[in-house]
Amino acid sequence: MCLAIPAKIIKINKRTAMAETLGVKKEIDISLVPAVRIGDFVIIHAGFAIQIIEKEDAVSIQNYWKEYLDEKQH
Amino acid sequence: MKSSIEELTLSLTGNKLGRRINIMEVCGTHTMAISRYGLRQLIPETINLISGPGCPVCVTPAVDIDLILEITKQYEVSLFTFGDMLRVPGTESSLYLKKAEGRDINICYSPLDALDYARENPDRKVIFLAIGFETTIPLTAVIVKRAYLEKINNFYIFNTHKLIPEALELLANDKEIKINAFLCPGHVSAIIGSEPYRFLADRYKIPCVISGFEPEDILQSLVMILEQIKKETPEIEIQYKRVVREEGNPSAVKLIYEIFDKSDSTWRGLGSIPGSGLKLKEKFSGFDARIRFPVKKIKSAEPAGCECGNVLKGIKKPFECRLFSKTCRPESPVGPCMVSSEGSCAAYYKYERELKNIKI
Ligand code: SF4
Repeated sequence: MCLAIPAKIIKINKRTAMAETLGVKKEIDISLVPAVRIGDFVIIHAGFAIQIIEKEDAVSIQNYWKEYLDEKQH
Repeated sequence: MKSSIEELTLSLTGNKLGRRINIMEVCGTHTMAISRYGLRQLIPETINLISGPGCPVCVTPAVDIDLILEITKQYEVSLFTFGDMLRVPGTESSLYLKKAEGRDINICYSPLDALDYARENPDRKVIFLAIGFETTIPLTAVIVKRAYLEKINNFYIFNTHKLIPEALELLANDKEIKINAFLCPGHVSAIIGSEPYRFLADRYKIPCVISGFEPEDILQSLVMILEQIKKETPEIEIQYKRVVREEGNPSAVKLIYEIFDKSDSTWRGLGSIPGSGLKLKEKFSGFDARIRFPVKKIKSAEPAGCECGNVLKGIKKPFECRLFSKTCRPESPVGPCMVSSEGSCAAYYKYERELKNIKI
C-alpha cells in the first residue's frame, strides 16, 4: 500500500504537475515537494509526489517497479 | 554500485554470529519481496526473518470496518477508499459485499478523487476512509487542509491512520518475541526520515536499517544489520539512500502536525498503542466522520480461528495458522492478512506455499 513509483516532472502548473512514469503521462499533485522543478525526478504515491530523487536512482528503481506492477496485474 | 545477490548471500553465510537472530520487517512491500524472491531460502537458517505489522489494511481492526459499514447503512453517504480496503472482513460483512448490494462505496486511486467528487457534488456527503502509515498520511493532510481552505462542507474523513515508530516500541518491549533488529520501511521513511527510529537503537539497543525493495537492497540491509550486531553498535542506518534522507520530507511532516495531533490507536492483533494514531486538531474536527455520523457502539469480533494477531506480531508464521490455504485463501480470505496483496498470509500463500522446506 505504501508503493511509490518514480516519475519525471515535465510541466508544472501551480500545485499540480505533469509527470511521466513508465511511458505514461499523468497529472500529479506536487504540494508536498515545494522545491520541485521541471526535469526533476520524484517518487509518486497515490497521485502525490512525496520526495525528489536523483535521475540515476529513478531509472534503476523504475525497472524494478515495472516488473513488480506487471506481475501484480496478471 | 550495488553488490550482487551471490556476493551478498555469501557475505551473510560467512558472517557467523553463532546464534539465531530475529529480524522483523515492518513493511508489506518488504514482506512481498522477501517471499517473491525466495530470500528466506537464500540466507542462513540462523537469520529468522519475521513479518511485522507492516500492512496498513491488515492492522485495521474489525471494529473500524464495522463502524464504517454502520455509517454507510445509517446515513446517505458516498464512501471512497483504496481498493485493498474493500475486502477486509468486518465482523459480519465487508465493504465489498455492501458495495455489491448497491451501497455508494467507491475505490479511489488518490485521496484527491474523493475531494474532487465532494466539490463536484455538493448535495452528497462524501467520506474518505483514510488508511495508511506515514507514507499516506500527508496526502490526507493535504486534502483536509484544502477542504478547509475551500470551505467544502460536505467532505469528511474516517481516519484510521497509524504511526510506525510507536508500534515498533511496543514490539521492542514484547517479551514473547525477541526482536534483534528491524528492517525499517522505505517509503514511510521517505517521509519521516531516520530520526524517529533513534530511540530503538539508543534505548532498546536494537539495530535498524531502512531498506529498499529490490532483493539486493534487502540482502544488503541484512548484511548491514549483522555488522551492527557483531560490532554491538546499534544504530539507525539508511540503505535506501536512493529515496530516503535523514531528515525525510520535512514539509510533509510539518503538514501532518498542522492538521493532526497524536492520539492512541487500536491495531489489529496489537491492541491499543499509545500515541500511534492521529486525531484531527480541534480546528478541523468538522471533517471528522466519526463525530459527524455517530453510530451506536457495535459488538465487533475478529474472525474465528484467524491468527492474524499473532502473525502481525511475528509470533506465528502464516502457515502455522490452521486455516491457511484451507478455508483461508486469497479468493476467500478469512482474515485481513490474506486480503491485501502485501499481507503476510497472502505473500506466503502466493510464493512460499509450495516450497519443499515449508510444511503446510
Ligand atoms: S491464514 Fe487467514 S485466517 Fe489464518 S492468520 Fe492468515 S488471514 Fe488469518
